[in-house]
Amino acid sequence: MIHNITILPGTNKTGKAENFDSLTLQAGETISIVGPTGSGKTALITDIELLAQGDTSTKRYILINDKAPDDEVRYDPTQKPIAMITQNTKCFADLSTKEFLKIHARARGISGADVISQTIDLANVFTGEKISSASKVTTLSGGQTRSLLIADAILIGASPIILLDEIENAGIFKKDVIDMINGKGKIIVFVTHDPVIALSTQKRLILENGGVKKVLEQNEGELHAANELLEIDRRIGIIRDHLRAGNIITRDLANLHAISTFH
Amino acid sequence: MKLVIVAGPPAEGKTSVIKRIVSNLKSEMKIAFLKIDVVKAYEDDELKKEFGIITKKIYSGDLCPDHAGVMVMGDAIKWAEDNNTDLFIVESAGLCLRCAPYLNHGLGIVVLSSISGIHAPEKMGAIVSLADVAVVTKIDLISQAEREVFIQKIKDLHPHITLMETNALQGTLLKRLYDLIRQSPEIVNDDLVLKGNPPLGTCTICVGKKEIGWQHHFGVVKKLDGQIADYLYRGE
Repeated sequence: MIHNITILPGTNKTGKAENFDSLTLQAGETISIVGPTGSGKTALITDIELLAQGDTSTKRYILINDKAPDDEVRYDPTQKPIAMITQNTKCFADLSTKEFLKIHARARGISGADVISQTIDLANVFTGEKISSASKVTTLSGGQTRSLLIADAILIGASPIILLDEIENAGIFKKDVIDMINGKGKIIVFVTHDPVIALSTQKRLILENGGVKKVLEQNEGELHAANELLEIDRRIGIIRDHLRAGNIITRDLANLHAISTFH
Repeated sequence: MKLVIVAGPPAEGKTSVIKRIVSNLKSEMKIAFLKIDVVKAYEDDELKKEFGIITKKIYSGDLCPDHAGVMVMGDAIKWAEDNNTDLFIVESAGLCLRCAPYLNHGLGIVVLSSISGIHAPEKMGAIVSLADVAVVTKIDLISQAEREVFIQKIKDLHPHITLMETNALQGTLLKRLYDLIRQSPEIVNDDLVLKGNPPLGTCTICVGKKEIGWQHHFGVVKKLDGQIADYLYRGE
């Protein structure tokens, strides 16, 4: 059982100690990591994914339930409590989608005849263009690849800790993904540039120059702002759907204060 | 003296892994480095310049680089020992994949890039199966799922190999490798043999006959189809 994970500070790009003592995330908590490009956001979630023990470039340590994890937990994917969705939009393996998922299920010690088709079905909920089980993973588009990797992380990775790297760039149905993952007692870490995602999480880490600069807790006002932004986001989504469907965008449609639905 | 032999195809990250090893162990042991290559190599100059260790290189030219390695290894070990070396690192050329340069002593490390293709580990034969450690590099370039698929593929083929993943440019997760090197026993000089069998190399192609087709050759020959036993060795 994972009750919490703890990040112990390392150093930033200039070798200076990071600006926090230790940071613990409890099961069910969400956190976002924000900061300019190159500020070390991906490096931080990679540290969590690798369960760093001072052996990555940042020198951070990651604890599980207040203890350093055993080697088996670090190096054996069947025991790894973490699924990470990276920004990769490409798979290099010369395998069909079905074969790829089958080997990954074996690597993760997941059995059950249906898990492969369920994963493909879930990926197809997230993506516009459908993926077939016979498609080679090398031929999937960027959005399809990310949808597949997200579905894989949810059903085959099936981990209590989920790390998501800039999910908003995937060109897929963001809200579906977040709803799918949220509220299941998991620890979820978002690397993001999206204000809606950043304001929706309970904690927020601000990164700069490779190190954590600030740790913030969500407050009432921000939660309110997040809900407003979510509404704007929903309306932009409607315009996007119209654009994708080849419709003409009218002034009414573009008016974010007006009420409109996609039909 | 401890011995580490690093093998693997070109451009997989062998030199980057070696640089991390040298950078992390040079304060506790004296390190010497030998690069075996065919026509051109810069690794010895790079390592000498960057870390100030003693280095050497050998070009195999027309000879198979792994054969060349076998030829020169005795002299090379003596050279390293004459220089009071604690850790001798040999980097192979890693061109053809028919044999492996590892010896019965020391640590054999194969370096494989995670983007080299899912079927690469099974095509490599002895260079993977006879290694003590497989280091999978460039893990920052692929997704977690694909990394785990790649690792599973190697595990299926070689259940007992020690597997580690790294971004060798940063040296991520290589502490385990440094510890394995620290713990590896000293080599015993008069007991050194190749772990695997090198392929036969006595054919007329080896000595420079360039005609295409087995009809033109003597020695070890092979037809595309049919009974190879009849023609495996053809005398004049």
